[in-house]
This record gives sequence, structure tokens and C-alpha cells, in this order.
Amino acid sequence: MMPRVMPLSGDPPRSRVLAVVLIVIMVGLAFAPFLFPGAKPLNVAAKVCIFIALAASYDLLLGYTGVVSFAHTMFYGVGSYGVAIALYSLGARWDAIGLGLAIALPLAALLAFAIGLFSLRVQTIFFAMITLAVASAFLVLASQLSWLTGGEDGRSFRVPELLQPGTVFVPRDVLGVAVTGRTLTYYLVFVSCALLFLLLLRVVNSPFGRVLQAIRENPFRAEALGYRIVIHRTLANVLAAVVAAAVGALNALWLRYTGPDTALSFNIMLDILLIVVIGGMGTMYGAIIGGTLFVLAQNYLQALMGTVSTAAGEAGLPLLPSLFHPDRWLLWLGILFIASVYFFPSGIVGKLRGGSG
Amino acid sequence: MSAQDSATDASAALPKARRDFLPLLLPVALGLAALPFIPSSSTWVTLTIAGLAMGMMIFIMASGLTLIFGLMDVLNFGHGAFIAIGAYLATLVLLPLGGWMQADSIWLNLAAVVPAVIVAMAGTAVLGLAFERVVIAPVYGQHLKQILITMGGMIVAEQILYALFGPQQIPLPLPTSLRGSFQIGEAAIEKYRVVCVVAGLVVFLSMLAILNRTRIGLLIRAGVENTEMVEALGYRITRLFVGVFMAGSALAGLGGVMWGLYREQVNAAMGGELLVLVFIVVIIGGLGSVTGCFIGALLVALATNYAGFLVPKLALVTDIALMVAVLLWRPRGLYPVTSR
Repeated sequence: MMPRVMPLSGDPPRSRVLAVVLIVIMVGLAFAPFLFPGAKPLNVAAKVCIFIALAASYDLLLGYTGVVSFAHTMFYGVGSYGVAIALYSLGARWDAIGLGLAIALPLAALLAFAIGLFSLRVQTIFFAMITLAVASAFLVLASQLSWLTGGEDGRSFRVPELLQPGTVFVPRDVLGVAVTGRTLTYYLVFVSCALLFLLLLRVVNSPFGRVLQAIRENPFRAEALGYRIVIHRTLANVLAAVVAAAVGALNALWLRYTGPDTALSFNIMLDILLIVVIGGMGTMYGAIIGGTLFVLAQNYLQALMGTVSTAAGEAGLPLLPSLFHPDRWLLWLGILFIASVYFFPSGIVGKLRGGSG
Repeated sequence: MSAQDSATDASAALPKARRDFLPLLLPVALGLAALPFIPSSSTWVTLTIAGLAMGMMIFIMASGLTLIFGLMDVLNFGHGAFIAIGAYLATLVLLPLGGWMQADSIWLNLAAVVPAVIVAMAGTAVLGLAFERVVIAPVYGQHLKQILITMGGMIVAEQILYALFGPQQIPLPLPTSLRGSFQIGEAAIEKYRVVCVVAGLVVFLSMLAILNRTRIGLLIRAGVENTEMVEALGYRITRLFVGVFMAGSALAGLGGVMWGLYREQVNAAMGGELLVLVFIVVIIGGLGSVTGCFIGALLVALATNYAGFLVPKLALVTDIALMVAVLLWRPRGLYPVTSR
């Protein structure tokens, strides 16, 4: 293995265009606070980081293990709520974050382990149904147990002083952009997500990852070769769940708020599915491309839809205003989703690689 | 063992399958187990009838899904969409006929409800045909893609419903003659719930009759066991697939109408919400089994009703708890379909 591709675990992008796009995205994210100053762009950049790591952890399941889970947001929510509840009840302290993580990560692992052992024994289709049922029960629980989770309102909390927007490290007149606690939080999110991504890339290129792919391609054969399918699938599920919980915790820190809509809603699950499928299942890099495209589209294309809708309304066209209403965003995503499953099963990354790999 | 015994008997052409009655007793046992905890027996009767009515509606929705899965090995995540579409189609008929619905005559009420049900079932059947041919047919045998595609179909259908009918809830009042309740002793039994129980039983029994007593039913059961063999014997399995898919979708539509009338309102999100419940029922029953699905639906609905009365907070997780308990006992559901 070449030493320069060590961080990529010997799995480079394998396409010049893809490599360039990835570098552009990486540079953009790494210098986001300076390249795109302002609250909204920074929010978008943080969301891109979070969705990349989250989608990558889902890709481990969907793309590499060939298992559809609808409970990924549940684990994401466990991480989010873990940190949120700890910070809310203990106050803005670093050890509260530590405690939240120390409870949330093992809890996510345990839940994933139980669900996996329980439902991966029989069929993957069983797993999809059971995760859907468990995740919806979890969502109901989280919005009903208001003494713990704050119910539908969720929990707003304060983060440690170092991460607060009011903490200024470098005033605005030095670099042109103020470096504040918010900037530090962004870099915390960025670096953690990058490390999680590299970790996942390492996992899928390890012998364990190869076994997962073998199981995806031909479970009977893999079992005949002596690999326990249930164990491998369950471990993949646990690993994905722990990463999702960690990403959830980062999201909570960034938003300084956790509620059912930001941490558990089924829409997030659909977003992740879409990112992985459009980016390219089983490629990991698909998560970066898909995540970036998706979050950018979500933040800037919805406004465009609103314009189209109003214009169509003024032109007196029937039905079009309601079809292009910004709330109908999911309609177009759904159509795109179906189309990409049919026509580009290998996603954008697969297209860029030209089907050679 | 009994299979071997009877096989040696020359007069018996086919070995008889061993009957498994244990799951049938579960809903009865659940009902009796709840009896001591509920203060008055009239409350128990009301709760039980409510549970049975809800169970029958869930069964009607779930039976289509389980049949489709059993025969075609397709898990249709878009089934929830058919439930919602059925309910909306019914409102299209019922809202203009509001006068007939509110009239104090059972015939006028029926003249509104029957066409609504027919329109809903026919509409969902035709949509089912299109959905099967266009969306599902290209991905037979590929579970992963099926899940993704049908899930996508569900999202698109739900969003189109939003776009066409708006996000608000549409009220769907019950017809006058189905309102109110019978008084038996101290127990009040709502009329509509009795109608639901009867309708559910009719659907269940006619499904059993069709599956067990007709030639089509024979082919469907053979297809569930071994699709390739049915094809090899010269039957067009595709036609069977299409027919069952249409029937399953029509049942989802019927369930949607009944649920909409039960809740007296219709909204686009109902499909997704009911889908989860339907899945739990189908898993409990054993994927592909109609009888299992029937028992599963009754169990889930009864447990929800009892728990909702005794410990309201617990009612949020009774479905899952029930599913876990059943799967611990029988990992593939109450009546596992043997071939898969």
C-alpha cells in the first residue's frame, strides 16, 4: 500500500473527476468559516459535514452489508438526546458531554445489537420491517416522555463556554472574519466527522468489510466458507449505530437544541436513504457527494421551488403551484429516488468511475 | 410423524398437514387475562368489542400485504399509500353525497356508502395493477431494490395526495344509521364497531374459502409454496401475481375507507402511520400467512385497547412488546410459511 493513500485505507476515489470534486468539497468544508462567512452558510457547511458522516455510516449497512434499516435516525437520536439531556440537566460542562456520550454510545450499541440478533437471523426483509416498527415506537416514546426529553418541544441547552458564539478568540478586524466559539464548534464537527468517515473507510476495506461484501453478494456462499452471517451483519449494525449516535451528538452540540424534528423524524431517515442511493451505494465517497448535493439543494433549491410555484400561480396554471410548493420538496426527491434506484443503481460515484470498478 | 403415518395409508391421497391450534387460543387467552384487571365486566365487553373492531380493520389492510408477500415474495412498503388513497377516493364520493349520509334512512345511507366502497376498492385495484406492472415488475427477486422502490413509491404517493387535497384533515362523518350504540346490559356497543367486526369476519372467511375451496386459491397456495413448479405446470404465474396484487391493493383501499369512517377523518399521513401497525401484525402472524395475520391483528388491537384503558402510557409500546414476545416464542411468527 502506498504511504500517501494510507488515510484512505487503500481505497482511493479511482476517478480523476471524482477526486477533483472531493478535493473541492473538502477544501470548501475545511475553510468554510473563512470562505463563506455568515451564519447561514456556516450552518449549511456544518449540516453537510454531519450528513456526510451519517450517510457514510448508513452506507456501511445499505451499500456494504446489503441490509435496509429504517432505524438509523433512532441511533442518531439516541446520540443527540444523550448529549442534550446531559447538558440540560447538568449545565454547560465538558464532563456533561462526556457523560452523555458515555451513556448514549453504549445504549445505541446495545439497541443495535438486540435488534440485529433478533431480526437479522431470518431475513433482511424482516430487519427492514422490524427497524421501521422499533424506530416509530422510539419516536413516539421520545415525544411522549416529556419529563426526560422535553416532548415535542425538545430540549434547548447551553454548551460549554469555549463553544459559545459569544466567546471571541480572534476579533473581526484581524482576519476579516471573527473567530469565535462557533468557529471552534464548527471545527469540532468537521474534524470529528472527517475522522469518523476515515474510520468507516478503514472498516469497509478491512477483512471484516470484505466479509460483509461477500455476504451481500452471496450469503449462502459466505456461510459455506465459514463466516457467520448473523454475527457479521449484527456487528455492522452495531458499528453503524455507534457512529450514527456520535454524529447525533455532534449535531446536538452544533444546534444547541435536540427535538423530535431535528433528531428522530422519519424525514431524516429518508434524507439519508436518498443521499446514499444518489451518491452511490457501497462506495463511501457517495456519501460525500450525495450529502453535499443534498444539503445544498435542500437549502437553496427549495427557495427556487417557491419562486416557480408563485410564478405558476400568477400565470394561472392549474395544479402546478401545489406541485412546486416548497412543502412538496419530498415529492421530487421521491421521484428522483425511484429513478436513481432504477437507472443509476451505482449512483453518481459509480457513474464517474465509469462502471470500471 | 402424522404425515408419515397417513402417507403409508393407501386410501389417503395426500398427507394431512398437522393442525396447529395454539395460536388461535392466544386472543381468547389475552381477553380472559385482561378480565380480572378491568373493574367492571361491561367495560371489558366494550373494550373487547372495540379491540375486535380495530383488529378486523387492521386485518383487512394487512391481509393484502401478507398475501402479496406470500405469493410474490414482494414486501410492498407502498401498501400504506393504497390505504390512504382508498380513504381519499371514498371522500370524493361521500362528501358530495353528504345529504344522503346525514339522512335518517338506512337506504339513503347505504346508497352513499356502497358506491364509496366500490369506488375505493376499484380505484386502488387499478392503481395496484399499474403499480405492479410499472414499479414492481422490474425488480422481482431483488429485495433490496424492492424495499427502496416501494418506499419511494409510498413517499411520492403521499406527497401527491398532499398536493391534490392539501395538508388539512378532511372530516368524514359516519352515516346516521351507523351512529350511536346498542345497549346490552350495562355495556354500550357502538354500531359501527359491530359492522366492522362483521365485515372483517366476512373478508376473513371468504378469503379462507377462496384459498381453500377454489381452483384459483389452489394455484395461489401452490404459488406460495413453489412458484417455479406452478409455472412449470403451465400456469401463467404473472396473471396470478397481477390478480393477487390487485386484490391486495383493493383490500388496502377497503381498510382505508373503514379506518377513515372509524376515525371520521382522513389525512395523507394515515398511510404511513398504519403501515407500521400493519407490518407489526404481519410479522406477528408470520410473513405470508392469512390466518396468522388475522390472529396477529386481533392480538395487537386487543392489547392496545386493554393497555390504553389500564396503563395509557404503556399503550405506546404494547405493539412492539407483543411482537417481541411472539418472536421469542416463534422466531418466524405464529404461522411461518414453510417455503421461505
